[in-house]
Amino acid sequence: MRFTINGRDVEAEFDLRTSLLDLLREHLHLTGSKKGCNQGACGACTVLVDGERINSCLALAVQYQGRSILTVEGLSAGGELHPLQRAFVEHDGFQCGYCTPGQLCSAIGMAGEVDRGIPSVLTADLSRETVVLDYDELRERMSGNLCRCGAYNGIVAAITETFGAEATR
Amino acid sequence: MNPFSYERPETVPDAVRLAAASARARYLGGGTNLVDLMRETVERPDALVDVTGLSQGIEARGDGGLVIGAGVRNTAVAADRAVRTRFPVLSRAILAGASGQIRNMATVGGNIMQRTRCTYFYDDAARCNKRAPGAGCDAVDGFNRIHAVLGASPACVATHPSDMCVALAALDAVVHLDGPVGRRSIPLTDLHRLPGDRPDIETELAPGELITAVELPPLAFAARSTYRKVRDRASYAFALVSVGAAIDVQDGMVRDVRLALGGVAHKPWRAWKAEAALRGGPATEASFRHAAETELADAAPLSHNAFKIDLAVRTVTAVLSELTGAAA
Repeated sequence: MRFTINGRDVEAEFDLRTSLLDLLREHLHLTGSKKGCNQGACGACTVLVDGERINSCLALAVQYQGRSILTVEGLSAGGELHPLQRAFVEHDGFQCGYCTPGQLCSAIGMAGEVDRGIPSVLTADLSRETVVLDYDELRERMSGNLCRCGAYNGIVAAITETFGAEATR
Repeated sequence: MNPFSYERPETVPDAVRLAAASARARYLGGGTNLVDLMRETVERPDALVDVTGLSQGIEARGDGGLVIGAGVRNTAVAADRAVRTRFPVLSRAILAGASGQIRNMATVGGNIMQRTRCTYFYDDAARCNKRAPGAGCDAVDGFNRIHAVLGASPACVATHPSDMCVALAALDAVVHLDGPVGRRSIPLTDLHRLPGDRPDIETELAPGELITAVELPPLAFAARSTYRKVRDRASYAFALVSVGAAIDVQDGMVRDVRLALGGVAHKPWRAWKAEAALRGGPATEASFRHAAETELADAAPLSHNAFKIDLAVRTVTAVLSELTGAAA
C-alpha cells in the first residue's frame, strides 16, 4: 500500500488491523507522533492528512492509502523549525514534551480550519464568513489535545503568536 | 482486535452486496467509534466495508430543505453555508460534540450509528446486556451518574451519545436507507430503539442496510434554532443533558416548536409532550418551564442521576427563553 508521508512516497505492507499511528511509529519508525490514550481522548497522535488534523490512533491505516500525511517530523524545512515550533520553545509550550507533536499538528490543522471560516461551538454568529481566533476560540478549538503537565498557558501563547487574531500569516 | 477483511467499494449497490456476504460484516465510516470498539473486542466484525467514499455532498433544495450524504464528514456539515443559515441547531449540535480531529474523521452515517459510552458497556469485566445479551446490567445499581432518566428498562440504562442526532430528531429528519431488499426511508425519531429487554438491538435497521443520506424537510422557523449542551467540562465531553430547539413565536404566542433532548435516554429524545404543551400557549418562561416539567414527568432517576431531571427542565427553559427573548 502506498502513502505520501512528509512529502516522500512510501510503500508498506502491514496487517489490516494496523492503525495509522502504529504504521507511522512501528513500521516507518516515525516515532514523533505519540500514543497516549490510544482511544481518541488525548490528541497526542494528531497528524495532518491532506492538511486536515485527525487522530491517527483511531484511523485504520488501510483507509488512508494514497493520502498525503504530515507528521511532526515533516514540519521543519531546510533545517529551520516551523514558526510554531519556535514559538513553543519561546513560550515554554511544554514540560515533558509528550503531547507536543500532537499539539503542533493540531494547531496547524486548526489554523487551516480558521482560515476556511469553519465555525466552532463558541462562534456567536454562524452567518459570518470569517472567524477571529481569539483566546476563547483558540482554547475551544484545541480541546482535543490534552497536556498533563499543564503547559496550557504556554501552548496558548505560542499558538496565539503564530496564528492568533493579532498574528500576520 | 480480531482479524477482518477490508473492501472499499465505489458504489452503494457494491457496498450492500459486499456487506451481505457475511452476517458479521460492518460498514466502516471514519472509524472513530468502531475501531475503538474493535480494539476492545466489544465489536468483532469479520469484514469491514469502507463506505467513506460513498454518499457525498449536501444538496440545498429550493424548497428550503436539505439532503446530506451519509458519507459527509461532521466538520463539513457544520461548516456548510445552507446548514448554518437554515438549520443552525444542526451546526451547533455537531460543533458541541467530540474534538476538531474527530469531527474531521466522523461521517454523518457513523455519527447516527455510534454506540453508547456507558463505561460498563466498554468494560468486559462488567455485566452488560447490550454487549452480552442476558448477562445482566452493572450500571443499574452501579455508578450511573451519566445514565438515562427517560425510557430506560431494567435491562439497560445507557444513553445515546450523539449531539448531532438530537438536532436531527428536533428537525424531523428522515434517514434514507439502501439494503438487500431495496431502498426505504425512516424518520430519525423511529430509527433508534428504546432498550426494552433487547438493548443489544439499537436501531430498526435490517441486517445489511446502509444509511445513504439524511433529509431535512423545510422548516422556515428553524433559522432561529439553537443547541445547548451541559457537560462536566467546558469542551470535549459527552452531554449530561443537551437541548436542541427551534421555536416560532408571533404576538407573544407559540405558533410552533421543535424540541429534543440528549444525554437522557437510549435514543435522541424528541420532546413531543412538551411541544404539545407549548403550541398555542404564551411564550413565557413559566410556560416553558411547565412544558419541560410535563416532558420530564415520567422520568425515573437512578441512584446517581436524579440531578439530570432538574437539569433538563432548567436547560429546556433556558434555551427556549434565549430563543424567544422571554424574560428570565
